Amino acid sequence: MVETDVVNRIVQQFGGDRTRLLDMARAVHAELGHISEETVAALAKALDVPRVEVRDMVSFYAFFFREPHGTNVIYLCHAVVERMQGADDIARALEEATGTTFGASDPDADITLRYTSCIGLSDQAPSALVNGVPVTNLTVDDVPELVAALRGGRDITRLRQAQVGNDVRTAGQVIFAPTERGAAVRKAVTMTPDAIIEELNVARLRGRGGAGFPTAMKWKFCRQAKEDVHYVVCNADEGEPGTFKDRAILALQPNLVFGGMTVAARALGARKGILYLRAEYEYLLRDLESELDKRRHLGLLGDNICGCEGFDFDIRIQLGAGAYICGEESALIESLEGKRGAPRARPPFPVEHGYLGKPTSVNNVETLCCAARILVEGGAWFADIGTKDSTGTKLLSVSGDCTKPGVYELEYGLTVLQLLERVGAENAQAVQMGGPSGQCLARKDFARSISFEDLPTGGSVIIFGPERDLLEAMRQFTAFFAEESCGWCAPCRVGTTLLEKCLQKILDGKGTFSDLEALETLGETVKTMSRCGLGQTAANPILTTLRNFPILYADRVRSDDGVMAFDLERAKEECCSVAGRAPATGEETP
Amino acid sequence: MSAQNDTPETSGETVKLLIDGVEIPAREGQTILEAAADAGIYVPRLCYREGLPPGGHCRICTVKVNGRPTSACTFPASEGLVLENNTDELNTMRRQVVEMLFVEGNHVCPSCEASGDCELQALGYRLGMIAPQYPYQNTTRELDASHPDVMLDRNRCVLCGRCARASRELDGKSVFGFEGRGIGKRIAVNASHGLAGTDIDAADEAVAACPTGCLLVKRQANLIPVGKRTYDKTPIGTDVEA
Repeated sequence: MVETDVVNRIVQQFGGDRTRLLDMARAVHAELGHISEETVAALAKALDVPRVEVRDMVSFYAFFFREPHGTNVIYLCHAVVERMQGADDIARALEEATGTTFGASDPDADITLRYTSCIGLSDQAPSALVNGVPVTNLTVDDVPELVAALRGGRDITRLRQAQVGNDVRTAGQVIFAPTERGAAVRKAVTMTPDAIIEELNVARLRGRGGAGFPTAMKWKFCRQAKEDVHYVVCNADEGEPGTFKDRAILALQPNLVFGGMTVAARALGARKGILYLRAEYEYLLRDLESELDKRRHLGLLGDNICGCEGFDFDIRIQLGAGAYICGEESALIESLEGKRGAPRARPPFPVEHGYLGKPTSVNNVETLCCAARILVEGGAWFADIGTKDSTGTKLLSVSGDCTKPGVYELEYGLTVLQLLERVGAENAQAVQMGGPSGQCLARKDFARSISFEDLPTGGSVIIFGPERDLLEAMRQFTAFFAEESCGWCAPCRVGTTLLEKCLQKILDGKGTFSDLEALETLGETVKTMSRCGLGQTAANPILTTLRNFPILYADRVRSDDGVMAFDLERAKEECCSVAGRAPATGEETP
Repeated sequence: MSAQNDTPETSGETVKLLIDGVEIPAREGQTILEAAADAGIYVPRLCYREGLPPGGHCRICTVKVNGRPTSACTFPASEGLVLENNTDELNTMRRQVVEMLFVEGNHVCPSCEASGDCELQALGYRLGMIAPQYPYQNTTRELDASHPDVMLDRNRCVLCGRCARASRELDGKSVFGFEGRGIGKRIAVNASHGLAGTDIDAADEAVAACPTGCLLVKRQANLIPVGKRTYDKTPIGTDVEA
């Protein structure tokens, strides 16, 4: 059987290592086009694990097809910003041009259409991944040409829209300043691990993913964990809708990223590093691999790095397969181990019990770049930038209703209003700071400053102009969380869906004031009872707009006098369509 | 075995915890849930089962540790922790999670043979649930009656994972696992089609581990009449508090 042969060959390529199941599944998927139940069984047999374990993994990731599908796959980004910029029109044009519908599975089709959440191109929306190739700034007029190119078997990378702009709107001193390849590593080998950690401590560097944990402390805990093996992991799985700063870093400053990872390796005593790259960024893989090769060639990776006896370190890149939750560090580790990306219970923390049970420091792409720059320029230099509790610069991914969307590297301490003026969005109605998991700010908040002490952010800034239906955007954010909930725990698995439905009911004009109370109570319960950051923040779009935009809600609900949520007329229509006839009126002729 | 199911290591040293203002002893590293149980204090729970590694799925055992919510079944005891357990706030939220589970699946208490022995139902009573306040989701769930002795009705599944853990840890099999994600997550079996293709046995711990009427042994229904079942006599948790 073809499946078995392909599976056996691929499993052998990975040495039959169960922890590389994600890679194996990706390779099998690339070759066979989908992962059938027979393929699952073959994988299980080749690895000598229960098939239920393999199915558990492959059924989790959004980019694995379980059924045969068309030759070409278009993943149209359907996130909030993309829909604001016309993704729905593109969707209709695609359906018309291809003669198929989104979500349909037709194995004989030449093109399969799928929606996907944010693919990190909100500054160039609407956008899509076509057979993995990013196409940006799409217009309805581009669609026929795209479809014709696919049908004609032409190279789509030659299409005008098949390009990603990585122009940085504002380059700061830390991330986008000129870099000399290897400068940080050459400095690191002259320093003791403790001195490196102390330098970060002087810099008061805090994690850029949003939580803001002091990096020096994370590295110290990891270094102190008494184990023979330590791991450095770079989290390049930015999935927060509206964020794309890591895309720009990986494209423009891979040097700094790998330099930061090598510095971390020196500080932790790690010999292996892994960069977890989200599947949506697979198109960056080739350049990243070539950068790694250059570094190996220059002695910046490999054995005895920079002539430093015993400093051996190398990096591999792990591609994901479509799961927002894998941006959570313990879920990312599970995914690295070839499992479903379900977050772990904590404690123990990854710094003690991480990848393969060993101490692991998982750091954001941007954080590692800061670390590399700090080694070169010094901790005191870095601490001088920004504010007291938020040193350095922050990358912001700005999108939505503004004239200058893109990546901005700005000093911490900037106010929201200053940012809005810079990006051309002075008339904004609201700003989603930190993406859906952050908070929705009203004009009253625009004097607040972007910093850990006031408005912490992972970097996603989505701007809503005065005409936008803000609550519809919040519903879409909530639906995103429901879609991306891993399902491990009940309050998030069920609660996110209930939140979305309750808000939908209000937007449908069937809500009452008591629904607003119910929405708030439910949101608080999901926030308190959920297991990880996804569930704990999933209610934020609703909770922060209930607080900051109460009038928008009040305008959408009816007074509390017996509104029926149940739609009798719609139910009757449904019954009639099933029965294939209209209800008897009593006047029919016998 | 995945790391998140590891039971925290117990050092054996005795530490003191404060739970709702009452000081109790605990072995360091023992879970809060177990330490409380040893002291006769019940922390409501559903996906926890004695003898199995904790799962942290249902979150009903959520307590506040030094003010922060976390699951008591996974959190290790250490000296001086201050815990909130039996508070109105937590019990209300626990009840809401139970209600979520009721509307997520298709639970049929009046006709369910597990009624009276069902931990979900018993928790509903204990936490004061009258009727779920959320809309029923009316999802389509597969019923698997393929096996001669064991029936799997996913309508009544709460995704606690107890069957999966028991099968793996106690039966030395891997009959059950998960499939899919989010609200589409389901319990899956280790075969291409149905339980009949697995090596499950009606006497397996996996079957006994099910807290609801999802996994049932055939031809055993109603041998114990209503009124004489586990939670007909005393509310759930009474055994811990005894």
